[in-house]
Amino acid sequence: MKNNKTAQGILLNTIVIVVLFALFQALTAAFGGAGSFKLVLVPSLWQCCYLILLAASLNLVLGFLGQLSLGHCGFMAIGAYTAALLSLACERAGVFTDKSGAVYILIIFACILAAGLLAAVTGLLVGIPALRLKGDYLAIITLGFGMIIVNVINNLPFCGQDGLAQGSAAASLYKTGLGFGSKAKVTYLWIALLVTVLCVTLMFMFVRSKYGRAIRAIRDDEIAASASGINVSSYKVLTFTYSAFFAGVAGALYACATSSLSTASFAFTNAGILNSTFVVVMVVLGGMGSLTGSIVAAVIMFFVNYQIANGSWVAALPPFLNGVFKYPMLVYAVVLIVVIIFRPRGIFGTYEFSLINLAGDIRRARVRRAEAKAERKEAKAHA
Amino acid sequence: MPDQERIPVLETRKLGISFGGLKAVSDFNIQIYQGELVGLIGPNGAGKTTVFNLLTGVYEPTEGTVLLNGVPLNGKKTHQFVAAGIARTFQNIRLFGQMSVIENVKAAFTKDIKYNLLDASLRTKKFRQAEQEMTDKAMELLRIFHLEEAADLPASSLPYGRQRKLEIARALATDMKVLLLDEPAAGMNPTETAELLECINTIRDRFGIAILLIEHDMSLVMNVCERIQVIDYGVTIASGLPEEIASNPRVIAAYLGE
Repeated sequence: MKNNKTAQGILLNTIVIVVLFALFQALTAAFGGAGSFKLVLVPSLWQCCYLILLAASLNLVLGFLGQLSLGHCGFMAIGAYTAALLSLACERAGVFTDKSGAVYILIIFACILAAGLLAAVTGLLVGIPALRLKGDYLAIITLGFGMIIVNVINNLPFCGQDGLAQGSAAASLYKTGLGFGSKAKVTYLWIALLVTVLCVTLMFMFVRSKYGRAIRAIRDDEIAASASGINVSSYKVLTFTYSAFFAGVAGALYACATSSLSTASFAFTNAGILNSTFVVVMVVLGGMGSLTGSIVAAVIMFFVNYQIANGSWVAALPPFLNGVFKYPMLVYAVVLIVVIIFRPRGIFGTYEFSLINLAGDIRRARVRRAEAKAERKEAKAHA
Repeated sequence: MPDQERIPVLETRKLGISFGGLKAVSDFNIQIYQGELVGLIGPNGAGKTTVFNLLTGVYEPTEGTVLLNGVPLNGKKTHQFVAAGIARTFQNIRLFGQMSVIENVKAAFTKDIKYNLLDASLRTKKFRQAEQEMTDKAMELLRIFHLEEAADLPASSLPYGRQRKLEIARALATDMKVLLLDEPAAGMNPTETAELLECINTIRDRFGIAILLIEHDMSLVMNVCERIQVIDYGVTIASGLPEEIASNPRVIAAYLGE
């Protein structure tokens, strides 16, 4: 009975994803040449893909395991540089000459996988000592490790070659084979979507297994978790490593979607969207312990960020208001405060969207709302 | 009476711990045999919970050893104590509050589940079978404690008495040989205490385990425990049958003052 439901769920989800993708392909065929499609929508989707992976993977550590890590972008930096360097090496070795065909696509996937694996190894090495600490101390040490990673990359001689910059001087990533132009972004968008869907699926499977239960138990009460036979430190390190893997994959997608790669974009001082604290904001906004929330929050935050940077309405505002948007962090802070006041547990709390349970979820929500309404009425009648 | 030929399930030899210069527990010896229910009592601050923390690996003893079925557990961590077969509940209830009732029990099965990350990612047959088995086992445990209809509620939403029961159910899920109950009746009304007593007896008969009980409720201790050990200032001052303890002058002195 239950196994049947699992199979049904997988089938339903696959069908919906395939249909959505087919619809998208049809749209691409119709509008593929249109400037706004190629120059705005597709690059936005690429960005959303790696932001989703970044937020969802941090949620494993922050929301499910309950440990505050402030160095997540460090793992993303490792992923981005690994993918770009591997691609560059393949290009130099003449594995691919033109940027098309099966070999090239295979190389892209190999780069993404290698990025994830190296980030995971680093996650393991960082996690073993760091996760002995808790709370603020863990936050400080992960923040430190994030900075160390960025600085190490900055000072490795081979990290500053063609297409990759040491420090802030930008060079074109295109030379490495990654760093897609706007046309390649349209052609290879399916790779970003496929990788994102796969990774999010893997995270869901992780959370809905003994691993997810164990780490949520650790989050709720570490002493009780170890008294229930859960090996707290090994589950912590495992989750941290797994999370770093997906951050690395996000980094590889970033290397595909960006024109230049410099360590400054991953630094803690970066005021842009790739700041480790910004990712924390995304997770809190969406709901700690809800992957659905992280996905939605990543898209919302991308949209807010995009509007602040590019929206014509910002320029149209009176100068004193316009100035506020020069400091996007102020805007994010306000967004976060508003969410915390009205929905303290984030937009989704711990709710997870599921197609197969959607009907039941809606029914239950209706019943709850009706009950709340009846209660309010009763309270009014009493008054 | 315990059969002296058998090895005790749980045994301590000269167990002790000092915090700096303070000897919290010293020379603590106890033997508990399978199916026995032993009470550990003492005035406030006598070191009862410290003994529990020593018996579960939360504290590392500064002297002496804990033996389970004759095997010493020195230097092991808490989760290894649990894997060896010692489970406990806490004086101030510690549940996984945000998780549902059934998940609380399932979390305690974690160490016995054999599937790996790959099985979980691909939802293999092994994964599905293990999960199904575990759900069945968890429901069975919840049924013993009449918690089955609350299975999907968040654990923190349960009333106090049922939270206590859930904590015991979770401890039982670890498949242990010795169960340590730290003041299970604290804060309970007489009806709830009576229900709890029934539960304790049921699980002992059903699972054939040994139970060590810390309790302040004297009538409860005198009623259910087969043997009682009394400690004061970390030192054992008496041990024996309930009626012996009740009339022991040192115990009376410790509780009422001299």
